[in-house]
Amino acid sequence: MPNIKVLTTLMRELEDQLVVCMRCGMCQAVCPVFAETGLEADVARGKLALLDGLLNEMFKDPQGVYERLNKCLLCGSCAANCPSGVSALEIFIKARAILAGFMGLSPAKKLILRGMLSRPGIFDRVVEWGSKFQKIFTMPANELIGTSCARFVSPLLKDRHFMPLASEPFHRKTAMLNTDKGRSGLKVLFFVGCLIDKIFPQLAQDVIDVLNYHEVGIFMPRKQACCGIPAISSGDLKTFHRLLHYHLKIFDAEKFDYLVTACATCTSTIKEIWPMMADKDSEDMKSRVADISQKTLDISQFLVTKVGLEKSAIEDIDTTVDVTFHDPCHLKKSLGVAAEPRALINANPRYHLIEMPEADRCCGLGGSFNLHYYELSSNIGRIKRNNIKASGSSVVATGCPACMLQISDMLSQSDDKIVVKHPIEIYRELIKINGTHT
Amino acid sequence: MITPALLKEFQTVLGPENVLTDQADLLTYSYDAAVLEAVMPALALRPANSESLSRVIRLCNENKLPLTVRGAGTNLSGGTIPLPRGVVVLTNALNKILEINAEDMYAIVQPGVVTAKLAAAVEAKGLFYPPDPGSQAVSTLGGNVAENAGGLRGLKYGVTKDYVMGLQFFDVDGEPIKTGSKTVKCATGYNLAGLLVGSEGTLGVFNEITLKLIPRPAHQKAMFAVFNDIDRASETVAAIIAHRIVPATLEFMDNFTIRAVEDFSHAGLPVDAAALLLIEVDGHPAQVEEDAGKVESLCRKIGADSIRVAKDAAERDKVWAARRGALSALAKLKPTVVLEDATVPRSKIPEMVRALKDISKQYDIAIGTFGHAGDGNLHPTILTDRRDKEEWERVAAAIEAVFDKALSLGGTLSGEHGTGIAKSCFLEKETSMATIRYSRRIKAAMDPNNILNPEKIIGHAKAG
Repeated sequence: MPNIKVLTTLMRELEDQLVVCMRCGMCQAVCPVFAETGLEADVARGKLALLDGLLNEMFKDPQGVYERLNKCLLCGSCAANCPSGVSALEIFIKARAILAGFMGLSPAKKLILRGMLSRPGIFDRVVEWGSKFQKIFTMPANELIGTSCARFVSPLLKDRHFMPLASEPFHRKTAMLNTDKGRSGLKVLFFVGCLIDKIFPQLAQDVIDVLNYHEVGIFMPRKQACCGIPAISSGDLKTFHRLLHYHLKIFDAEKFDYLVTACATCTSTIKEIWPMMADKDSEDMKSRVADISQKTLDISQFLVTKVGLEKSAIEDIDTTVDVTFHDPCHLKKSLGVAAEPRALINANPRYHLIEMPEADRCCGLGGSFNLHYYELSSNIGRIKRNNIKASGSSVVATGCPACMLQISDMLSQSDDKIVVKHPIEIYRELIKINGTHT
Repeated sequence: MITPALLKEFQTVLGPENVLTDQADLLTYSYDAAVLEAVMPALALRPANSESLSRVIRLCNENKLPLTVRGAGTNLSGGTIPLPRGVVVLTNALNKILEINAEDMYAIVQPGVVTAKLAAAVEAKGLFYPPDPGSQAVSTLGGNVAENAGGLRGLKYGVTKDYVMGLQFFDVDGEPIKTGSKTVKCATGYNLAGLLVGSEGTLGVFNEITLKLIPRPAHQKAMFAVFNDIDRASETVAAIIAHRIVPATLEFMDNFTIRAVEDFSHAGLPVDAAALLLIEVDGHPAQVEEDAGKVESLCRKIGADSIRVAKDAAERDKVWAARRGALSALAKLKPTVVLEDATVPRSKIPEMVRALKDISKQYDIAIGTFGHAGDGNLHPTILTDRRDKEEWERVAAAIEAVFDKALSLGGTLSGEHGTGIAKSCFLEKETSMATIRYSRRIKAAMDPNNILNPEKIIGHAKAG
């Protein structure tokens, strides 16, 4: 390991942001991890103090700080509620990159991030093999939710009830699209995202059907890859930048008005993290990233604010389904998008929206946080499950496929008969109904 | 010294997961919300029941280890900063509400219960726990009692000390001491609760706290009055009280603060106003309407330029959102925020407000002033950057000037943040050397090894 002084120098770039924290401790009220553990090192104030400690050469070995820094969902609850406006999320992501660069990635992370994620072709092939073999190792757990669990004791799968890989990823069915704008007068780049492509391909189809219905032109470039969030949250700048530059290149092929995704995490990564991490790129690159970022919208935000939602063609509804909505952190806390996905649900008169308690409380997944701290992640997830249950709804909707995975796991483990949906599915159902009525 | 054998004993008593020794964990218990130097402890312990709390205290005393109790670490005077090589005892695993008794109107809590959680739990039963310090969303009741915390409702409802009916605490040997009762009246023994409230962990460690509850007021009415002259605003405060009206809250914001809040929240505040008063009256509906009418006409008579009365709950929330946003808005302007709480008799508010303006000018530092005008507890908030040494010296001088002014007006160094480390060296100015010696003798008698949060309030304690 290089000299700790080198690390101190690297950390200096965060100094002006770190000094903003006045140690008031109000983040303790909103941090889902702190609510479970009660440890100061788990809450933003503690983590910021630890980074300050690194800056002031309080540690001979940064390992302890690095571990604690990674014990975080990156949900942004602290930043969204910080009285003095500390950019906690930005600080944590940049600090992870500095520390990972200084200490080196673990061999496992290197293999997954550099060997697979940064190479879209290899990544797709590995996942396809996985989808063929998964039935040997797993069995169905909850039919209504569609989860599976391990057939044998597995240290990797543990007690998870997970959504299996789709038998055919979306890009196999539709490799690319490039359609003209119709009456909407708009054309969008549709960024599919890994989880939708490989686990929820039907959602991508729903997005396309809805866009076609509204006569929005679609540019869906061939061979899309990962938005980069798994890489950057592990501090792997190299993979992140490779993915960023790769996408800028494939996005360049066509003109479009907006970039839309149906994944809250992809949206917030492209909108917030791409420009944040492109700060050391060339001026040209920076302005291209800024342009993409400015055009990026969640699908619900795009439909509500740029297109206008369809009204229901049917008037008398005899039975309605109760649905509750979970606010993904990457929609509400990162982007302030909360009303729009609800508007998609409300547009369909067959559904009746019931708010659950603490709808914007993090589901506890946090990407690789769930892999490293499964028990903690599940404890946080169970609070979400109980809140969903308390709403009495038979459907829970959320605008992020990652949240959908976690919520499915939690509901399935409690053997709940509650279906997990994306708001776009509910809106797509309305269009189908309207289609049969007109 | 913490020997391996002693460490093992702590682990046996608490379970290894509740004994924190890693440097990274310890660093996170080296500070609180006060702008002071952090101090690394040697150990952090988290007892989860009374018995282990008692044993931890006894073990610390036997081994002469300085012990600092920590709730949410939101202290603004350094009361929760440990001693070098000391022990931090965390209360957040002692977080049960043991009883809420609606018939006899009291609650019994463990020290780690979060203030807002108790407030919500008693509200669900139609009752009211009024003390609402700014940090109530995270602060603990143990910390509130140890600091005698205040809040926005001090004027009408008093502060934490007015709600402590009884305490069960551990002395330095870990022996349980009982004081007070669940009864409204209690005239037995010394009023030890009176001594322990605000003692900042220097005389004992709380185990159970019995708090008084009151009926929830039926009705509220909020309004804000805009003044183009700061003196008129502070005169209005004095006049409202002089007319025997006691609003539940009577808050003040100066122009600097108004601008900061408006820049940040775009709530539609009048940025040209010299001062704002935010007023809420509560109680029986008829009384509320009458009081609100009187307050409104007083504001007009003395010279408010405009008055806006909240018509519904949403408008009322807006009024208070502006006030609650004051510190945040100011905090966003500069890296370092020094939140002071020197307090004066409320009739002296006009003079204090003028003095703060002069001090800001004289020392050339930015001071935003807001706070609890109704009880004389203003929060002059100094915005600075600690890294700027020259300015930091001016800040220190200005703070002393604020203290001197408050004392010359018959006030106090701290209305609600406590003495801690930050104000211990100024305590003699407010009291006397004899007072400090008297306090030190009490401390020495109760804590002969001087392990209970040493150096707080009374400085280096020697039974002199």
